[in-house]
Amino acid sequence: MRKLSSLAFIVTTAAILSACSSTPVKVAEPAKVEERQIEAKPQPQADTRTVAPVETKSLDPLDDPKGVLANRSVYFDFDSYVVRDDGKPVVENHSAYLAKNKARSILIQGNTDERGGAEYNLALGQKRAEAVRKAMTTLGVSESQVEAVSLGKEKPKASGSNEEAWAQNRRADIVYK
Amino acid sequence: MYTMKKLNQAILTAALALAAAGAHAQMRIEISGVGSNQIPVAVAGFADENIAPQQISAIIKADLERSGAFKLIDAGVITSMNNIDYGTWKAKGADALVVGTVAKSAAGDYEVRYKLFDTVKQSELSQLNVARAPQFTRLTAHNIADDVFLKLTGIRGAFSTRIAYVKEYDKRHYELLVADADGEGEQMALRSNEPIISPSWSPDGTKVAYVSFEQKKPVVYVQNLVNRARTVVANEKGSNSSPVWAQSGNKLAVSLSKDGHTQIYTVNADGSNLKRVSNSAGIDSEANFAPDGSIYFMSDRSGGPQIYRMNADGGEAKRVTFTGNYNISPRVSADGKTLAYISRRDGNYQLYVMDLASGQEQRLSDSTDDQYPSFAPNGKYIMYATQAGGRKSLAVVSVDGRVKQRLTTQAGNIKEPTWGPFMQ
Repeated sequence: MRKLSSLAFIVTTAAILSACSSTPVKVAEPAKVEERQIEAKPQPQADTRTVAPVETKSLDPLDDPKGVLANRSVYFDFDSYVVRDDGKPVVENHSAYLAKNKARSILIQGNTDERGGAEYNLALGQKRAEAVRKAMTTLGVSESQVEAVSLGKEKPKASGSNEEAWAQNRRADIVYK
Repeated sequence: MYTMKKLNQAILTAALALAAAGAHAQMRIEISGVGSNQIPVAVAGFADENIAPQQISAIIKADLERSGAFKLIDAGVITSMNNIDYGTWKAKGADALVVGTVAKSAAGDYEVRYKLFDTVKQSELSQLNVARAPQFTRLTAHNIADDVFLKLTGIRGAFSTRIAYVKEYDKRHYELLVADADGEGEQMALRSNEPIISPSWSPDGTKVAYVSFEQKKPVVYVQNLVNRARTVVANEKGSNSSPVWAQSGNKLAVSLSKDGHTQIYTVNADGSNLKRVSNSAGIDSEANFAPDGSIYFMSDRSGGPQIYRMNADGGEAKRVTFTGNYNISPRVSADGKTLAYISRRDGNYQLYVMDLASGQEQRLSDSTDDQYPSFAPNGKYIMYATQAGGRKSLAVVSVDGRVKQRLTTQAGNIKEPTWGPFMQ
């Protein structure tokens, strides 16, 4: 705007000056505009080289490493196949997401600690996965979105033959397909 | 009881066999205990046996030694199979004498002749002539040991049978391996980055069913060992596990969770004709076919896991185990008379057998973490997975509990053994 008004002023002034002259003036030859004058005045400028970033919100909250959906493990007590209170928010958050996103589906992988037979543990891990599956379907997740499976004692998260490791391995994991 | 002499001899024999094979040491076998009534037998070195890839008489001796049924008497090398001086061998305490010769044929086969003599009756008990390609030398030796075992004990020998088991190198490297019953001649059938469990030999010995986790969930496969063909037998929604062959060889029982909890189904070997056979609100799994077609299985319908029996097509289940609150992994002997299983007592998981007629049970191991028992096809030995010093290994015990062997490897953990059938 500033440059435009300066130009208008100059043009107007020239026209007035030429009109005052007695000598016939060829209108076809207006006074030359000295554009140099415009850039002659340096102004204090802001820093134009530093880029200010803009972040859009992720479209999929699953991809948010700090979001509630980042927690995908539900832990169980010894010899128990009931979702504990500390696991309920995990189940609820993923259920809400799956209820909204019908195109997404998951595997629920049940796990056990290392003690006892492989096949019996596989069946016990299945009970943990089924407990999570049932909780999710009552929260509005479609059966077609969930598959409850078991890894038994074959894929321990924590190695070691102590209660600390065993507690880590009594677990169901939610795995998005 | 453990005897140092036997142990040394076993290790020496194994070392000799390996040196002859020029192979990497695969398994080490430790033997403890002997049978109740050992038969003294002399096994002579076979004439010209050094021309063969393995020392045949050493393999025969190791087989007989491991069985616990024989007391071996040193016999040196006997070059002639005729004119046996029975009196000399009887004087040395041998009731029987094994002699043989080895020759190479023009076709490159090794012709092995063997004879078994009864020094008491002063007569020839048996003989065999076998000609095979060099890579089957071990098999020939095992065949001879089988024949000696049969002729002297009346029980078919299982030395020429094979075993399959899983070796876990680390959490990203699993192999399904096949070896001779003595752990030698190991061959890889499957390598995977994910766990493999529950292998089961087909009755004809050409296929193994197992559970693989390669699809992020347990899926049941049947693999043809000869031509590598793999068939998905059960991949229903949920978990698919615990395959076991029916005697017919065209049907398996599997455990599936497709109906919301683990139950037993039967399925054809090609994956067709899936039928649910167990029906409880609890876990039903680990089916095992008895020779009459009935199914022994594990169920926690009464609380803890116990062993039950039902008909081939399901129906009412009858409880079999009553002692202890954790009895799993039932396996029925080929004659249907003995049940092997794992029981947890005082926090230890140990191998037990039950005489099914009387219900009398006997503990066969004194370890703490036994798993996955498997009968030899002659019903006289049981192989199982065990643990000692943080390492998983295999163990073999005679059904009377008197003879024990432990098979360990240099690297990795070995588990989930399944004893293959008699083969032609």
